[in-house]
Amino acid sequence: MKLIDIDVWQEIFNTIRKNKLRTILTGFSVAVGIFMLVILLGSSRGLKNGVENTFSTEASNSMTVSGWRTTKAYKGQNSGRRIRVNKKDFRSLGKRIEQIEAIAGRTYIPGDESISYKTQFGSFTARPVHAAYKNLIKYTLLKGRMMNTEDEKELRKIAVIEDKVEESLFKGEDPIGKYIEINNTKFKVVGVYKSAGQNEGNRGTIYIPITVGELLYNTKGDMLEIGFTLGNVTLGASMKIEDKVQSLLAKSHNFDPEDKSALWIDNNIEQTKDFVQTFGAIESGIWFIGVFTLILGVIGVFNIMLIVVKERTKEIGVRKALGATPYSIVRLILLESIFITAVSGYVGLIMGVGVLELVGRFDIIAKLSSDVAMFFIDPQVDMGVAITATIILVITGAIAGFIPARKAAKIKPVDALRDE
Amino acid sequence: MIKLEQIHKSYAVGKGKLHVLKGVDLHIKQGEMVSIMGSSGSGKSTMLNVLGLLDIHDEGKYYLNGELIQKMSEAKAAELRNHTLGFVFQSFNLISFKNALENVALPLYYRGVKRSKRNKIAMEYLDKVGLKDWAHHMPNELSGGQKQRVAIARALITDPKVIFADEPTGALDSKTTDEVMDVLKQINAEGKTIVLVTHEHDIGGMSDRTIMLKDGVIEKIIDNRQN
Repeated sequence: MKLIDIDVWQEIFNTIRKNKLRTILTGFSVAVGIFMLVILLGSSRGLKNGVENTFSTEASNSMTVSGWRTTKAYKGQNSGRRIRVNKKDFRSLGKRIEQIEAIAGRTYIPGDESISYKTQFGSFTARPVHAAYKNLIKYTLLKGRMMNTEDEKELRKIAVIEDKVEESLFKGEDPIGKYIEINNTKFKVVGVYKSAGQNEGNRGTIYIPITVGELLYNTKGDMLEIGFTLGNVTLGASMKIEDKVQSLLAKSHNFDPEDKSALWIDNNIEQTKDFVQTFGAIESGIWFIGVFTLILGVIGVFNIMLIVVKERTKEIGVRKALGATPYSIVRLILLESIFITAVSGYVGLIMGVGVLELVGRFDIIAKLSSDVAMFFIDPQVDMGVAITATIILVITGAIAGFIPARKAAKIKPVDALRDE
Repeated sequence: MIKLEQIHKSYAVGKGKLHVLKGVDLHIKQGEMVSIMGSSGSGKSTMLNVLGLLDIHDEGKYYLNGELIQKMSEAKAAELRNHTLGFVFQSFNLISFKNALENVALPLYYRGVKRSKRNKIAMEYLDKVGLKDWAHHMPNELSGGQKQRVAIARALITDPKVIFADEPTGALDSKTTDEVMDVLKQINAEGKTIVLVTHEHDIGGMSDRTIMLKDGVIEKIIDNRQN
């Protein structure tokens, strides 16, 4: 098919020029279809980014286990007993669950924490953790380093602080190598990190080696929480691991394996899968709406092309009398249809992407409502979607033009030339 | 050039059939100018459509330029029309958004002739019908006679064997009618076969022979050259 044929295009432009309003209105419906599709997809992406960022401060393939309270009497034990996970559990989980990649425990500092640097005081959370705990959280290291196993073994009194802590205690001073006091014990700051999520309630967290915590605060091997990351496991596998954790700990702590309240198991894989599924559903809903909007636009083009053919019946008859083949007539109508849909669709695409870009660049949502902005980050449509949409447009343009074009090709010159 | 043997043609009208041509025999020689006359309903337009390959006959044999015309594909018919036939219509049928030159050049476009070449040829033919200065005017800027002359130039540009003219002067006043007929006669003098349908006797009288159609058969053939 000879596409770059100046005569064909000249004729297409001529008809378009002759019917500006009609062409613009037709194109408008297609442009709106694509525009809406882009805006909707972009918004859903923004919402997804926002929710992901807000709610997932933990690694998406992790699981945490902490003790809770039994609700069933078991083997002479009363119900309502407090369960606390401990060092023994930490070791047995690490050994018995082979899918575990990294495992870390967290203890606590009894009583109130008083944390200070020179004359500055603040109320923060100090957490004695294993070095591997960094695998369980989402963070960015800003300065210095995270904790390592050497710190644990050598009982180093070091601390890794969150950027919020740095801000309120150090006031612009470089914290690395400086000493902060936690309940009157000095800890050397070795690193500053930034937490990935937006946790508004948290004033700042400080991590110290778990061994140091045990020594200083005499927690007797009790742990607040044991967390671990799993390799690439399926949702089903992660549920089985939950069950295994439950039965292992039921045995060691002597509670009913069916008693789900004895432990608090937080399965991030489950949450992530839920999340992915929810957004998958939202996204397919959006495609559904978008595609139907598009179909309306295409029907518009189809309709107009039928009218175009009807209006040009006589002209087509003349062309045929002069030697136009059916093929050349089909090409004429088809290319016009594709041209209108492709150009207007492209306009809609550019406008949609432009609006998303503006919203992103100037933080328009944040200016309108900061609450909403928290859940709406970086609304964008990836180029793949945009290109798919354009290809869909050209195809739909061809479909919309095909039936009218066939109709045109079937016009008999005799019928067309009758002088009425 | 044209030979018809027992040509029949009917159209479906509702449930019934309308038998329009009921066995027409005719022989038109090369270089002849023949007019077809008859009252409305006599079948003269149908005959022109069959002759011009705009419609296909049901029965009988039609030889055009020595070739037997049978049921053929649209593309083949288009090619034959493009190479052997030229058309002139009562309502001119110029394409409104193309100027005179582009209208004349259109048949060459369908023959695949390059733009610059076909525009050059189109200009020669416009010159021939005396409209060289109007080449870049749009059809709505031309008078009826001028439009018909453009249409004639368009019919001539492929150097066809036969020109079919369907009431070529039907929409024109007497002065422009003369202009157009002069052009047609001049073309005929140059050797082109011309078949024209008309209901005006003086126009018919300008041709070599007049074929009088009545109820789908040839009633009589008048030889105008003897007068």
